[in-house]
Amino acid sequence: MFPTPIAKTSRPWQLTYQTLLPFALILWLLPLIAVAVFSIKPDGDFASANYWGWPSSFNFIENYGLVFAGSDMPRYLLNSVLITVPTVLGAVALSSMTGFALGIYGFRGNIWIFFMFVAGNFVPFQILMVPVRELTLDMGLYDTKTGLVLFHIAFQTGFCTLFMRNFIRALPKELIEAARVEGVSEFRIFWYVVLPLMKPALAALAVLIFTFIWNDYFWAIVLTQGADSQPVTAGITSFNAQYRAAYHLMSAGSIVAALPPVAMFFLMQRHFIAGLTLGAVK
Amino acid sequence: MTQPVLPTTHVAPPAVARSWWRRNQIRLAPWIFLAPGMIFFLFYVIFPIFQSFQISFYQWDGLGEKTFVGLYNYEELYYDDAFYTSLRNNVIWLVLYMLAIPAGLFIALFLNQTVVGIRLYKSLFFFPFVISQVVVGLVFSWFYDPTFGLLNTILGTFGAGPINVLGDERYVTYGIIAAGLWPQTAYCMILYLTGLNAVDPEQIEAGRLDGAKGARMLWYVVLPQLKPATFIAFVVTIIGALRSFDLISIMTNGGPFGESRVLAFYMFEVALSEYGFRYGYGAAIAVVLFLIMMVYITFFLTKMYRDERGR
Repeated sequence: MFPTPIAKTSRPWQLTYQTLLPFALILWLLPLIAVAVFSIKPDGDFASANYWGWPSSFNFIENYGLVFAGSDMPRYLLNSVLITVPTVLGAVALSSMTGFALGIYGFRGNIWIFFMFVAGNFVPFQILMVPVRELTLDMGLYDTKTGLVLFHIAFQTGFCTLFMRNFIRALPKELIEAARVEGVSEFRIFWYVVLPLMKPALAALAVLIFTFIWNDYFWAIVLTQGADSQPVTAGITSFNAQYRAAYHLMSAGSIVAALPPVAMFFLMQRHFIAGLTLGAVK
Repeated sequence: MTQPVLPTTHVAPPAVARSWWRRNQIRLAPWIFLAPGMIFFLFYVIFPIFQSFQISFYQWDGLGEKTFVGLYNYEELYYDDAFYTSLRNNVIWLVLYMLAIPAGLFIALFLNQTVVGIRLYKSLFFFPFVISQVVVGLVFSWFYDPTFGLLNTILGTFGAGPINVLGDERYVTYGIIAAGLWPQTAYCMILYLTGLNAVDPEQIEAGRLDGAKGARMLWYVVLPQLKPATFIAFVVTIIGALRSFDLISIMTNGGPFGESRVLAFYMFEVALSEYGFRYGYGAAIAVVLFLIMMVYITFFLTKMYRDERGR
């Protein structure tokens, strides 16, 4: 193990490390801690310039209550859910099929189709912006959640295919060969043999895509504009315009907007990291 | 397997169609599996790339007729100061964003221990990556705020400042990059933590016996084994640097005086400007950005192609 395990080092260094750890963490999360503190302060603290002192009272319920009751925030959150969940399902479904096709069959042009997905996944959004916006307008889906979902599914299929294909390639080939010898059809092999083995990959992709899509801002402002369809990342700017200079509310709003992916991450940590670090180890 | 065992007394297949399908199944199946994903991807990603190239030769406000203007948009770009400001900022982003890689490695080395609660520490250090860039941008713009921001409060105790980071054209880009480095470093950290987990302990022991330690051990024994992690860290950091949009849009909206623009932001600003859409000019900027990105994509794909061959 590198660096030397702390248990094998000298006592003073062990103690230094143990105290350094929490300090480093606080320093690292300082901007976030500041916002969390802001979000529970009462309005009066900002008027009396008590920005960094002890809160004069703890207004957790008032502030967060106002975020949910006094603004469009619940609608934005709901929109985010209605955009994110279908995208996750769609992208995972499509890419488990494309990944299967590219990972199992050695047909001509396989690698080029695979590279098309990989390259497309890295393209800057701006090169797609004008045509995708026009396409969405032409389909009558501008400023709808459906329009946003369809694009997200398509774009995420690139990354997901890369992921799925590499995962499926690492599966034991003999299993599929054996099934073929038994005369099992290709579709049944996909459904009954390969899909059950892909569960870890499906879980990893689902949490990753959830986070990516929940946090998307660019496409939200390109393809939607009102509270009827905008997700929370875009909604937070109108929320902030509504509560300009009310820092306690803007902080509370930001925390609410950021929370779902954070919860997802802590609940599904193992899968999340497995997905993110794919390829970091040979 | 949950499959029922097929009866062995097999009668000859009754229909010709079925046997044709049986014979060609393996050849056709991949295309059937590929079709839905490929259709989506072609329509929403691949075709639009070519359409953008085409639009960049037109003048178009998104409503009326398109007028073919040839290379005029690119000529205008050549004389556009804002374009060069954006390009310069893109270069600064690319260079400084790379700091996320050594910083991530440093934190990973710091956290690669087995003390009580280290798992929680690792997840909390990784935390900034999970938060949306919009929120990161808001958090940092308050952090930099000249009247009450934490940065100036701290500077004030040392008798320095106040500095209006986001309002000063000298600092603005660096201030935004610092905000971007926060989640990006967390990402690189997690890549290296995973990589460090897989480092061969025998080689470390062998190195120790040979008297290597500290920096020499890191450079000669550990880093070579972290190569895959470093490669991925490079790829995601370059892409991240060139995609920077959210932070700029949230923190400064390109200002002050357009000094914090990058190509990705400038393109959006031009194409969907409040003073009328300029799709053609925007597409031309997007094409330039695309070509820069293409250099890296090609490099990445070449490496992947070699790895595939090597199998």
